[in-house]
Amino acid sequence: MSPDQRIDYYPTREVAGYRVRPGRPLPFGAWLGPSGVNFSVFSNNATACTLVLFERHERTPKAEIDLPEEFRVGNVWSVMVFDLDAENIEYAFRMDGPFDPPAGHRFDRSKLLCDPYAKAMGGRDVWLGDPDWLNPYIHRSRLIFEDFDWEDDRRPGHPIGDLVIYEAHLRGFTRHPSSGVKAAGTYAGLREKIPYLRALGINCIELMPIFEFDEWENSRELPDGQRLVNYWGYSTLGFFAPKAGYAATGKYGMQADELKALVKDLHRAGIEVMLDVVFNHTGEGNERGPTISFRGIDNKTYYMLTPDGWYYNFSGTGNTLACNNPVVRSMVLDCLRYWAAEYHIDGFRFDLASILGRDVYGAPLSNPPLLETLAADPVLARCKLIAEAWDPGGLYQVGSFPSYGRWAEWNGRYRDDVRRFLIGEPGMAAAMAQRIQGSPDLYWARGTTASVNFVTCHDGFTLLDLFSYNGKHNEANGEDNNDGSNDNHSWNSGWEGPSTDPTVNALRARQVRNAFVVLLTSQGIPLILMGDEVGHSQGGNNNAYCQDNEISWFDWGLCERNADLLRFVTTMIAFRRAHPVLRTRIWFDRGQSDRDGEYPFLTFHGTEAWSADFSGASRTLAFMLEGRLENGARDAVYVAMNMYWEGLSYTLPEPLDGRRWHVVANTSLPSPHDIYDLGAEPLLEDQRRILMGARSVMVLVTR
Amino acid sequence: MSLEIASAVTGSTATITLVGELDAASAPAFREAIEKATTGAPNRLVLELGGLSFMASAGLRVLIFAKQKLGTGVSLYVVAPQAPVLDTLEKTGFVQSVYVVASAPT
Repeated sequence: MSPDQRIDYYPTREVAGYRVRPGRPLPFGAWLGPSGVNFSVFSNNATACTLVLFERHERTPKAEIDLPEEFRVGNVWSVMVFDLDAENIEYAFRMDGPFDPPAGHRFDRSKLLCDPYAKAMGGRDVWLGDPDWLNPYIHRSRLIFEDFDWEDDRRPGHPIGDLVIYEAHLRGFTRHPSSGVKAAGTYAGLREKIPYLRALGINCIELMPIFEFDEWENSRELPDGQRLVNYWGYSTLGFFAPKAGYAATGKYGMQADELKALVKDLHRAGIEVMLDVVFNHTGEGNERGPTISFRGIDNKTYYMLTPDGWYYNFSGTGNTLACNNPVVRSMVLDCLRYWAAEYHIDGFRFDLASILGRDVYGAPLSNPPLLETLAADPVLARCKLIAEAWDPGGLYQVGSFPSYGRWAEWNGRYRDDVRRFLIGEPGMAAAMAQRIQGSPDLYWARGTTASVNFVTCHDGFTLLDLFSYNGKHNEANGEDNNDGSNDNHSWNSGWEGPSTDPTVNALRARQVRNAFVVLLTSQGIPLILMGDEVGHSQGGNNNAYCQDNEISWFDWGLCERNADLLRFVTTMIAFRRAHPVLRTRIWFDRGQSDRDGEYPFLTFHGTEAWSADFSGASRTLAFMLEGRLENGARDAVYVAMNMYWEGLSYTLPEPLDGRRWHVVANTSLPSPHDIYDLGAEPLLEDQRRILMGARSVMVLVTR
Repeated sequence: MSLEIASAVTGSTATITLVGELDAASAPAFREAIEKATTGAPNRLVLELGGLSFMASAGLRVLIFAKQKLGTGVSLYVVAPQAPVLDTLEKTGFVQSVYVVASAPT
């Protein structure tokens, strides 16, 4: 018997001229059955539900189907509608129910509401296209077809400790006119640049938000004519819908195909895809914000509300999603499972993840069910889960985020301590000793792979700006430089902003390299910000969320202009990947006793070998890692850091069994002598001591 | 603009020629043509697209349907697609599932 003959695929009645039957309550959202489309939506507090159908792009509905009470199971309304042209329809819901804000309810039958489970959303098909403010239904639910030809796609499945993560903005990566791609600023554009990522050597790309959001949100024009928009997109409208405006084919409704083609080709290149996901709030803002979906469908379920019905604002953006409401928790799980299964996504980075550990009133939970559920989920079992372990509500959980043996964290302490050490603050050597070995002070019970190490990320200064500005310069954001963090741990190297002084510029070039060496020789998982490898500057802007222009965009001309830096970074990444001693997963002091005839895994040194200076005045530190190469041969890596403002001499530990020190990198030397290719490292002339330039770093390896 | 569809079977090669625009309205007819052309179990399906000026999502869906229906043993040729159609095939990655050629294989 073919499926079409089954009794439950036949309509049972006609409503508003459409043949319908009671639908299936699960899964939520809309899906295409053999002869009809199944719609399902839940609301714990609505009293009635109407399914509204549109022809694509039409302002007036073509049908309003009031769902009969018999179509309701529990608090879920579902209907199967027959004879629909799934390619051409858009749909919405109207919800009846009380408008009683103090009680948490904000139902309004006049609003057309987008499906929280919409797999595609219309209305923002082209980036910054006509916003059509007068349209009564701007963000429109659509169906998609999950028929993409994945062929034999295999997820790379790199062990998390082997990742080198590259944090990128989907649009910004190729939007600059210099990118030379056919469709600048799109999924297809990024796909054309995969060879660049491969050559750089990263093996995981972390995409800033690509769930549907409204780039027009809070857009404004400054007196100088600059238009500010929501460029970053940390403001989700549809958790299941890829951003259509990031697809060259978005105007044809093929954004899902274009994104999947990108993921497939990245996988072929051995690069994993991690998504930056924002579950802490939605794009609906506070009570003055637009009603797009959640607020109108079930305000009290989706949002954290004060006892008198106002929005809690732990996210700093007006509302807070009630992630540990059991219904919302299921939605988050459904969403991540969908991306992992349907888009072959390899991992997720959770924005302001501490909110995911709060209860529905905002109180931190000791055993947050959502985090535990995600950690134990079978579909997500091989996905990387990474938390930004803090929130603007003051919950700072770096080192204490509930991990369930799975979760890693963005290590904010790493960023701060490394910056302070690099700019020459005294007394940071002890903290650095923790950071370079994977922060055992924070992650003792969890191992080195709990720590995602970064010096810069999208939030804050770029790496070049970190060494070019003492303070932020956010005037272009139109808030009189009041936005953005004041806590940058930056130093301008002697002059604020761009300089013509060769000494200043040489110091900056050195500092950028110092940072890359520290990052890529630290245990844990390094994360590199897009553009830092070619010296991108945002002109001192440390909060470029609204800058859809050359402040943010990757300038591909820098690949030639700063080819020496790009070579340095590429070679350091290759060095990291070639030396397993840089990627241990267990703490160094475990198992030391079985190492007869070898040095301990990790030893600290200073200007004198075997004698690190951890005093309050220290600006120096050196360390040596002793272990094996993948082929079993003995290997040692020595890294010396001198953040003192003058040159210093360092005596070296003596390599064992006849090996000799070779020079990998010396940031005090001009290119090409700042770094040597793998295997071409020259022998160090004086095996007993090195002269370290002011504020420089040196890497040696044994052979 | 509508879509004209012509089908022919020569030996083990089924050929479908499309002229016009392949959108949601015309896609079902294209799908029918594919179902019909493949009843004889050809080992090659050739789509002559030189006269096709536009392909919407619905058209792409039918191509994917064709690929799935034919299975891996049957080769799918796309002949002389115009630039916008080829562009869509490239951006959506479907180009990897077919042979794009300038003229029909002999």
